[in-house]
Amino acid sequence: MQDPSRRPDLDQQATAESYMLPSAQPVQLVDPDGRHVHNDKYPLPDGEALLAAYRELVVGRRVNDQANALVRQGRMAVYPSSHGQEACQVAAAVCIDKQDWLFPTYRDTVAVLARGVDPIQALTLLRGDWHSGYDPYEHNVSIQATPLATQLLHAVGVAHAAKLKGENTVVVAMCGDGATSEGDFHEALNFAAVFHVPVVFFVQNNQYAISVPLHHQTVAPSLAHKAIGYGMPGERVDGNDLAALLSVLGKAVERARDGGGPALVEAHTYRMQSHTNADDATRYRKDDEVQQWVSKDPIQRMRTYLTDLNLLDEEVEKNIAEKAETVAAAMRDGLNAESEVDPEDLFRYVFTEKTSQLLEQAAKLRDELAREPA
Amino acid sequence: MSTTLTFAKALNTALADEMEADSTVVVFGEDVGPLGGVFRITDGLTARFGEERCFDTPLAESGIMGMAIGMAMNGLRPVVEMQFDAFAYPAFEQVVSHVAKMPNRTKGKVKLPMVIRIPYAGGIGGVEHHCDSSESYYAHTPGLTVVAPATVQDAYTMLREAIRHPDPVVFLEPKKLYWSKEDLELESLRESVGSFGRAVVAREGSDATLIAYGPSVSTALNAAAAAAEEGRSLEVIDVRSIVPFDDETVAASVRKTGRAVVIAEAPGFASVASEIVARVQERCFHSLAAPVLRVTGFDIPYPAPKLEQFYLPSVDRILDAVDDLQWEDA
Repeated sequence: MQDPSRRPDLDQQATAESYMLPSAQPVQLVDPDGRHVHNDKYPLPDGEALLAAYRELVVGRRVNDQANALVRQGRMAVYPSSHGQEACQVAAAVCIDKQDWLFPTYRDTVAVLARGVDPIQALTLLRGDWHSGYDPYEHNVSIQATPLATQLLHAVGVAHAAKLKGENTVVVAMCGDGATSEGDFHEALNFAAVFHVPVVFFVQNNQYAISVPLHHQTVAPSLAHKAIGYGMPGERVDGNDLAALLSVLGKAVERARDGGGPALVEAHTYRMQSHTNADDATRYRKDDEVQQWVSKDPIQRMRTYLTDLNLLDEEVEKNIAEKAETVAAAMRDGLNAESEVDPEDLFRYVFTEKTSQLLEQAAKLRDELAREPA
Repeated sequence: MSTTLTFAKALNTALADEMEADSTVVVFGEDVGPLGGVFRITDGLTARFGEERCFDTPLAESGIMGMAIGMAMNGLRPVVEMQFDAFAYPAFEQVVSHVAKMPNRTKGKVKLPMVIRIPYAGGIGGVEHHCDSSESYYAHTPGLTVVAPATVQDAYTMLREAIRHPDPVVFLEPKKLYWSKEDLELESLRESVGSFGRAVVAREGSDATLIAYGPSVSTALNAAAAAAEEGRSLEVIDVRSIVPFDDETVAASVRKTGRAVVIAEAPGFASVASEIVARVQERCFHSLAAPVLRVTGFDIPYPAPKLEQFYLPSVDRILDAVDDLQWEDA
């Protein structure tokens, strides 16, 4: 085990000005018109990497559309869509390696899928079958957390354990702008910095926490500025720019892996749809505002950019669309099939060994079900 | 060879023995490092095992609990200290929403073998926020194993068992017992684990059963000794493990005696004591000669030091309750 207090990389000369402050504007490498924007600090990812991520972007949009449709058809209980935020979703999943960990929230289904989790397993929660249908250890993806910011501390714990065990693991911990007001956000960033663990905190600032706009959450210059208070660098990035996200997150992940400690990345994006299907966004925001973000769509600009690079043509687009349709069809088939739930499961996993109280209650339920007319 | 140990030293020895036996056991919390904890339960562990195995954290209980969850997810066995009962409340969301639920929500894929040590209850003249009996909150939360040792031997064996347990354990340490002493044959106890879910008969008797746990067991034993002088034979059950609860041992005793009093320091309303009364009456109704009574703390916030003597279940109050058990000769 390593000594957690050892910080060989600690830059004694570091000041808020020298490396902790975020850029004056969110980092952008490809503008909404699909043109490259030069940045001294962040190189543009190579075309092939962008094309691979673009593929996931298109699939992610299709997943959001399909999930919304399945909710309307009554096949899922609820779906918090990440429509408009797909670039953040994809970047969070692809910026880390296989042995690394992802800690997603309830809105991050697309990131979970981009990490390789089976869609039907991932959607058991929102379908109402079971709280988490996938094995977190299969793809190193934690359960999709519902209580806000609490999972950030679990991410710190996973990273700390990895560090103590001498494992080369980086953890990406996701949350939204609303979660930055929670106490656990503060505790997680502080613990991560004090224990100097490899966690990249990735805030998708989609401007709203259900109905509450960002200016009711904070009057900090930006969410990325909060990093300074914990002694870690903060950066902000155009959350609809896949290239910038990959570059900024990639750099933070690389720094964490090299022993540089945690970092905070804030992505400026927008939740194009309501909080969930149970919400009505027209009650708290104007359509004009939503329309301004249509032209900033993450897919359109990357399509233009990759087309200009000659990496994307009709045939490649067609292949990508087919892949997206395959995923959507699998979602439809899986969720349209009747799922079997086992009432005995209610008692099976509460403890490793059922208590006598649970054995008694399970037996009663079994009797009750046996008496019910078929 | 027998050794005289305090309750506190027994806990300290249990931690050291498990840390020695299993390199994945890590201890952390507030002041548990070089200081050894405000009650010295972690005394010497940092010096012996290094500061990666026993370390201080920032002063934030939710942070401690949340980080422990992640460490348990990633193959370690964290033992965290909440400095005092009432200081554990900032961690409550992590305990209720994640510690208790994570194994269930993942169908057992994620196990959380972690121990939450909480110095709890009163009787030490502590000021406010230092004397709460918070067991009902945890016992009411499905997924938590909740235990409270009442003897020095149980302090040692039950903490070792808690650390080896595959599920999260809330380990309640009665503060007023920290300085109590017993002679233990430590060598013979090293492997004696596997007793969660089992209550013990702490004193045999035939006229009525006193049911207690944690700090109230010694009060119950004192009451039984006093009752014996008056010719009444009281059996004392040490519950030990609140969740899982040993219905069998408790019910067997009450069926034998036909009368029972449940004793606990916590306010009685909606409490573990209430639950025990309900369970006894469900199981022993036809054996009961009188309603099952409770001697608990009043339904008030824990009082100031000069007032706690009027609040805590006392021998007299227990004997009064026993007198109220509808004796035929009364």
